[in-house]
Amino acid sequence: MNKRPFLRAGLALALFLGLASGAEAADKLKAVASFSILGDMVKQVGGDRVDVVTLVGPDGDAHVYEPTPADAKNLASSQLLFVNGLAFEGWMDRLEKSSGFNGKTIVASTGVKPRTMVEEEGGTPETITDPHAWQDLGNGKLYVINIRDGLIAADPDGKAVYEGNASKYLGEVMQEDDAVKGALAKLSKDRRKIITSHDAFGYFGAAYGLEVIAPEGVSTESEASAQDVAKIIRQIKAEHIPAVFMENITDHRLLDQIARETDAKIGGELYTDALSGPDGPAPTYLDMFRHNVGALTEALSS
Amino acid sequence: MIDAVTQPFIEFAFMRRALVGCLALSLGAPPIGVFLMLRRMSLMGDAMSHAILPGAAIGFLVAGLSLPAMSLGGFVAGFAVALASGLVARATILREDASLAAFYLVSLALGVLIVSVRGSNIDLLHVLFGSVLALDDAAVMLVAGITTVTLMVLAAIYRPLVLECFDPQFLRSASSLSSPTHFTFLVLVVLNLVAGFQALGTLMAVGIMLLPAVAARFWAEDVSGMILVAVLIAFLSSMTGLLVSYYANLPTGPAIILTCGVVYLLSILVGARGGLIYRLVPRKHLEA
Repeated sequence: MNKRPFLRAGLALALFLGLASGAEAADKLKAVASFSILGDMVKQVGGDRVDVVTLVGPDGDAHVYEPTPADAKNLASSQLLFVNGLAFEGWMDRLEKSSGFNGKTIVASTGVKPRTMVEEEGGTPETITDPHAWQDLGNGKLYVINIRDGLIAADPDGKAVYEGNASKYLGEVMQEDDAVKGALAKLSKDRRKIITSHDAFGYFGAAYGLEVIAPEGVSTESEASAQDVAKIIRQIKAEHIPAVFMENITDHRLLDQIARETDAKIGGELYTDALSGPDGPAPTYLDMFRHNVGALTEALSS
Repeated sequence: MIDAVTQPFIEFAFMRRALVGCLALSLGAPPIGVFLMLRRMSLMGDAMSHAILPGAAIGFLVAGLSLPAMSLGGFVAGFAVALASGLVARATILREDASLAAFYLVSLALGVLIVSVRGSNIDLLHVLFGSVLALDDAAVMLVAGITTVTLMVLAAIYRPLVLECFDPQFLRSASSLSSPTHFTFLVLVVLNLVAGFQALGTLMAVGIMLLPAVAARFWAEDVSGMILVAVLIAFLSSMTGLLVSYYANLPTGPAIILTCGVVYLLSILVGARGGLIYRLVPRKHLEA
């Protein structure tokens, strides 16, 4: 179903509305974050001085998002835009242009050492940048620093507040980093292999010593072939991979079938690209790590 | 060679389940496709696929990822559209295709609206429609059950249905079975589409219903022959498509439907009944 013509018309309308209402004065700094995890981080650092609107909400998939007119309107009336970068939000460039956004864009992943991953689609392997850098809390630190500096540049009056919030938050991030390392270090070496439905744990695996295999490659867009599924089943059997995990943003029926055919057990749901709603198990960035590590250790400790 | 064909099915349960699901669908859907084609309603399958969306979406919103709820919702929405357009066609001057177009557009718009109001942007079409490789037991049972019902009902209404295809005026004048037959047939169309969507995806459901039927037109003269050939083509294409997907690393649904498409193109060229080559080669007149 092609919704693009409507999208374009909608954006044009929103641009008009956005310009019409953009003159409204607001006391708080208005910021837009591209997805829920980044939105939470901006809230932690910005505190009361910043109004954060998140475009891709809880349990949403930022890889295949289609912006709405309301998004364009929000963007047009805000001073700051926080994006992940690393080609995560492919739809953002067009939204920025069509919304008439004239604030400053801050790329939260600036300074991160990007990992590459091999995506095999239609038989031709292609090396691309893995955008899921926030899954390593060490990178999370860089995100927080980038967000802090971006906020200070846009709102110098709040410098002390932002620095205070950021240093407190950085302490919590470091603490969680140690906790994750400690929890995963307890697992025996031969059980540190998992399968997930969407390849978002490259950074997590590298930082905390976990081997991650994903059936569908980096994006949630492609449909698996019979050969892909067969390869994974063979691999699970050959390497005795103990558990497969679902993600909150993808369809789990395929993984159910894979688990059923092997001895691997189905671990809990992992949160990778989006947080849960406020009542769910992972309403914030750090809660997401606590939840994921809990699910991982439960399934992997023998 | 035989090994290459059997090995994937022996080694992997998901391949066996995919094959069973496809074969079950291949048994029920192509006969429906033959009747759709003969009644010049070939495009109805595609229209109905859109009509089913709001029902399936409501089912998903109410009960989550539950096969019975989504199937029931899809069936109710699909049948409401089929029934309403059928009634309008019989009661007013509007033809069936026009009223169907009107109703399915309304239904589609409603579906998109429901999906959007939900707010979450998970690709609902991915969630609402299954994929060939992810068939679970419930989905296989659903397809097999609906196929069983389809074949039994088709056997029961076969005669009036054939008559309705070739001479609807005569059926209407000679018997009161015309309307019941028509609506029973519509129920079967919707049932098979819903079964196909939930289990195997949109493309599979409409594709396996129509392509084998249209290809069979080139090989058989009478309705029962066409049904037989259509089911055979669907069987062969399902099997070949699964193997192509396995060996060539291609997505499964499109692989199966493209195999059907290749059979269709070959049938156009070399089909024994009205295929291009037979038409172009001059033949002698029969002489006494």
